[in-house]
Amino acid sequence: VTAATALVSAPVALPLLAAGLSLLLSPSPVLQRVLAVTVLTAVLGDAALLLVRVDTVGPQVAHVGGWHPPLGITLIADRLSALALLVAVLVVLVVLLFAVGQGIAERRAENVPSVFHPTYLVLLAGISLVFLTGDLFTMYVGFEVMLIASYVLITLGATAERVRAGMTYIVASLTASILLLTTVGLVYGVTGTVNMAQLSGAISELPPDVQRLLGLMLLASLGIKAAMVPLHWWLPDSYPNAPAPVTAVFAALLTKVGVYAIIRTQTLLFPREEPWTLLLVLAGVTMLVGVLGALVQDDLNRVLSFMLVSHIGFMLFGLAISSQAGLAGATLYLVHHITVQAALFLAAGMVERERGTASLARLRGIVVTAPLLAGLFFVSALSLGGIPPLAGFVGKLSLLQAAVDSAAPLTLTVAAVALLASLLTLAALMRVWLAAFWGLPSAPVPDDRPEDLADVATPPARLMTASATAAVLVGLAVAASAGPLSSYTQRAADDLTDQQHYRSSVLGEQVVAQP
Amino acid sequence: MNTTNLALSLIVGVLFAGGTYLLLERALLRSILGFVLLGHGANLVLIMSGGSAGKPPFADKTGAAAAADPLPQAMALTAVVITFAVTALLLALADRSVAVHGDDEVQDDIEDRLLERQQTATEEEL
Repeated sequence: VTAATALVSAPVALPLLAAGLSLLLSPSPVLQRVLAVTVLTAVLGDAALLLVRVDTVGPQVAHVGGWHPPLGITLIADRLSALALLVAVLVVLVVLLFAVGQGIAERRAENVPSVFHPTYLVLLAGISLVFLTGDLFTMYVGFEVMLIASYVLITLGATAERVRAGMTYIVASLTASILLLTTVGLVYGVTGTVNMAQLSGAISELPPDVQRLLGLMLLASLGIKAAMVPLHWWLPDSYPNAPAPVTAVFAALLTKVGVYAIIRTQTLLFPREEPWTLLLVLAGVTMLVGVLGALVQDDLNRVLSFMLVSHIGFMLFGLAISSQAGLAGATLYLVHHITVQAALFLAAGMVERERGTASLARLRGIVVTAPLLAGLFFVSALSLGGIPPLAGFVGKLSLLQAAVDSAAPLTLTVAAVALLASLLTLAALMRVWLAAFWGLPSAPVPDDRPEDLADVATPPARLMTASATAAVLVGLAVAASAGPLSSYTQRAADDLTDQQHYRSSVLGEQVVAQP
Repeated sequence: MNTTNLALSLIVGVLFAGGTYLLLERALLRSILGFVLLGHGANLVLIMSGGSAGKPPFADKTGAAAAADPLPQAMALTAVVITFAVTALLLALADRSVAVHGDDEVQDDIEDRLLERQQTATEEEL
């Protein structure tokens, strides 16, 4: 076992093994907790090592079981996947601590053993597999592992409301999965391989019509998972009903895994020189539809869910520009968006815990009763709106610069839409701020959701506050390290546009290619 | 690249058409049946992508040209296991839905209806 193999396989293998162990430990919640935190910390360290190694030595490749392409499964970490993995594991760890603090992790329904910890670890294994895989079929498997875990988490406790939300979510996700599986079958039919390094050469030799069809099918199936308008309808309906930490981790990661898969497949398999008109239009529409939806919602979680949809558009915009600068901007935005969404949803979870409701009509004056919580929300909201010097500003700036550099009329139009969407984001979040946080506090008015009644006037546990603060601090760290981070994303974008380098890393005689 | 089996292609078409129709139904049980059909369709696509049927691919007994392509079969097997697991989970969900809602119809989004009512109320006030 070489160092590369160990480093690349650990983020998938460790959580899976720990999930099995955790299921056995379910009589003892304390041991489950210790196990999950230990494993996540280990994976975090592994991801950090991987990032350093990838940046200094070059892509790390593992051929699972010694089987080489096209037969075997290839795991590969390049700069984009290493960065995405590190941020993802960090957020997963922070949210786990929040969940432990909230007590949701060990809440049992009808004497069923607590499945939160095992499922949560499986979720991380799936996310890591999508980030690290080097072939299309394993990407499908990674998505399935992640989604099956998410089906369990979103219906946790199986209350009436969650069963309803779970149905929409599961049926929508399954449709996307079947579409992805069919696409994988078609790709294998015309090329005879599913290894992405081999495909990046093979697909360009196909007739242009076939290429376009495969590209669109991949975009559509992954677009459902990424909640790209018009394929986003399932998201604002289902996410808000899950327990707060689950919503936070879904919002931070699941859609971004879809965005990552879109970026990976489109740059590697269907490289473009010119801006991509279709995706530019879709990105612009995504930004507007999401934020307009957010402006009228009453439930805090739903405001944030629509906002999430809106900001998926920014990352797609970066990809659609089809330049190195655009890809670098999209990567930077990805990192920012993962951290800020986690922070916002954790803050919303604390609001719901403290006041027993997340309805804007019933909330008032949180700034007086819980100034720290209000501060956490305020900083994250400004970051999402793109106020300098926060991380959102850095991400948006690099995207807009890329758009101006490309100078195509449509790109500039979408850039203007992006500015408008940022303004509307601020407007929507300030509406939340004025309704829920500002003013004099009212007595807590619980709404009629049974779970909320249980939580009324429970001050958030110290661990919840600490982990929500940590999530905000991670966001601030992204802003503080904007310089090194943006030069790293530049290098990551160089990797993405250099398909030859990726191919030789996976297929070449020398497993570790020189950068 | 490969010659395509017409009969299988038609079956895939029928499975996808039937699956899509059922998936759009309100009752979860019908959606599940639709998902099962779609899953079969996708698996057939995978099997077909390996080309025409051949002899069992034993390394020392069958020549490479005569043997069936084992890779898509391995992928189809993986996909079958996944769809099986998800179908079981969906059936459990449908059962739970009958327990809490009384039926397995996918309900409207309550928050949407609330917003709508709020909107109508505001308009009536004006």
